[in-house]
Amino acid sequence: MIRFDAVTKTYPGGTTAVDGLTLEAPTGQITVLVGPSGCGKTTSLRMVNRMIEPTSGTISIDGRDTASMDPATLRRGIGYVIQHGGLFPHHTIERNIATVPLLLGTDKSTAYARARELLERVGLPQSLAKRYPAQLSGGQQQRVGVARALAADPPVMLMDEPFSAVDPVVRTQLQAEFLRLQRDLGKTILFVTHDIDEAITLGDQVAVLRVGGHLAQMASPSELLAHPADDFVADFVGRDRGYRALSFVDGVLPALAEPTVAVGDSAELARERAIDGWVLVTDDERPLGWYAVGSPGDQVTAERLALGGTLARQGGTLRAALDSALSAPSGRGVVVTDEGKLAGTLTAAAVIEVIEQQRTGRDRAPAVQDDPSAEPRIQHSPGGESP
Amino acid sequence: MTWIQDHLGLIGSLAVRHAVLAGIPLLLGLVVSLPLGWLAHRYRRLAPVALAGTGLLYTIPSLALFILMPLLLGTKILNPINVVAAMTIYTIALLVRTVVDGLDSVPKDVDAAALAMGLTGLRRLLGVQLPLAIPVIAAGLRVAAVSNVSIVSVASIIGVSQLGDLLVDGYNRDIPGALWAGIIGCLALALLFDIVIQVVARLLTPWRASTKPAAAGAPA
Repeated sequence: MIRFDAVTKTYPGGTTAVDGLTLEAPTGQITVLVGPSGCGKTTSLRMVNRMIEPTSGTISIDGRDTASMDPATLRRGIGYVIQHGGLFPHHTIERNIATVPLLLGTDKSTAYARARELLERVGLPQSLAKRYPAQLSGGQQQRVGVARALAADPPVMLMDEPFSAVDPVVRTQLQAEFLRLQRDLGKTILFVTHDIDEAITLGDQVAVLRVGGHLAQMASPSELLAHPADDFVADFVGRDRGYRALSFVDGVLPALAEPTVAVGDSAELARERAIDGWVLVTDDERPLGWYAVGSPGDQVTAERLALGGTLARQGGTLRAALDSALSAPSGRGVVVTDEGKLAGTLTAAAVIEVIEQQRTGRDRAPAVQDDPSAEPRIQHSPGGESP
Repeated sequence: MTWIQDHLGLIGSLAVRHAVLAGIPLLLGLVVSLPLGWLAHRYRRLAPVALAGTGLLYTIPSLALFILMPLLLGTKILNPINVVAAMTIYTIALLVRTVVDGLDSVPKDVDAAALAMGLTGLRRLLGVQLPLAIPVIAAGLRVAAVSNVSIVSVASIIGVSQLGDLLVDGYNRDIPGALWAGIIGCLALALLFDIVIQVVARLLTPWRASTKPAAAGAPA
């Protein structure tokens, strides 16, 4: 557990970066510090490993005051992932990952063997071990940054906007993989971001900081969306928080059976089976896309499918279900099983009905998810446990 | 041109002396500039003083510096040490700024990562900051090398011989061949220094050689 106790950081010029911050980052969980620029989130993070010394207050890790520890020893025991990866450009990938183990006196062959294991752990091929960082893509560098922080197997990790420098698609992928990794490792993580969506996706609890280094609210993501403490938090969390809160709610989705055709079937058959001008095309029960009745040609071909609808998983969140319905050209969202096979379809109206039904009971019983196969964030809803 | 062919031995030995008188100060100057530059980089308030102070040294006329040296060092006027010391001062004048710029060029997040990994003072300097400053320092060293090769020729006036002798003699005794030999010799020497510095810098920075992105197929 990382504990901030009335921590204040004032710079010589008189600027207060962090003002009386008190919070706890529980063992084995992800605590996200989020806020606009100038809210002192990075300063707070860097005070944990004493890259910045607090002006007053104490920070302790598992009950030990960090001020009493040797800074270099303290830092070697804490994984640190920095913005843009911060890899050493003049060291090979394996040498980068082995940095802390080598500092701690691990012999080179052991440290490099471990580095190669970690490369696979973060989803990179071992063949990258001998390359230099400049030869890797931004996303790959971020993964190496995570591997480097994990190298000495520290119980505590500090992460400073580790996924901010990559494009949104890669970022989503990295976030999902990071959560999967954390489920196995159970590190105590303090994570800094300016992106509230990222905070809500990754955090077991989220601390919202305001400019000047005041803690505005510390809560679970669903609590934050449902009950922002004040106007600042409500504003920061965003206008579509009602919609986003659906990410933390599941429901029994009333998926209806959907008639299907296969690629190669006749246009005539498609016309017979279509509902409201659209028919779902599947391959071995896996949905491929929607076929519009009246498309040119007398056969259903793969090239003529309208794609773009997202898929909702059975037992997934209401947000995914609603999105699936809204994004489908037919207006019928496709629900699939965990194996990716068609379970049925449902309309936006049907999802809204589930939301309405739940509205009455929701305040009393917070949603608890128990389906591990759905979106990763489910493991981080209140009451959810990391295995 | 027959003059040159007849005096190849002389030209060669003067060129070697020229290379030593210009080259040794380059190495000494670098050795002195590294800690000075690091101090100016580390303690920012020192930077303006250090940079202005060392930069001013470069404005002292070389002839004056050559003549001053025996007084400062207590050496004999003909001692080549005078020239080496003076040239070292010029090298420092150019290199301190270069070392500061080089250390400043280390990406902030890389430096912060080094600190966060628990690399301490000297290890961080020698293991991360200095290697990454090599390209900038090498660029400054190239300027200093060319400058040294050019300035050293003035030492002929105080009787320390090198390629400058050919220029002085060629002018006084009206020997065009000697003038040409002096000019071409200096140019060739400057070019040689430049190439050596570039090659060494490249050997010391293997990571800059290949920056092709990783092969397709690996995850992003």
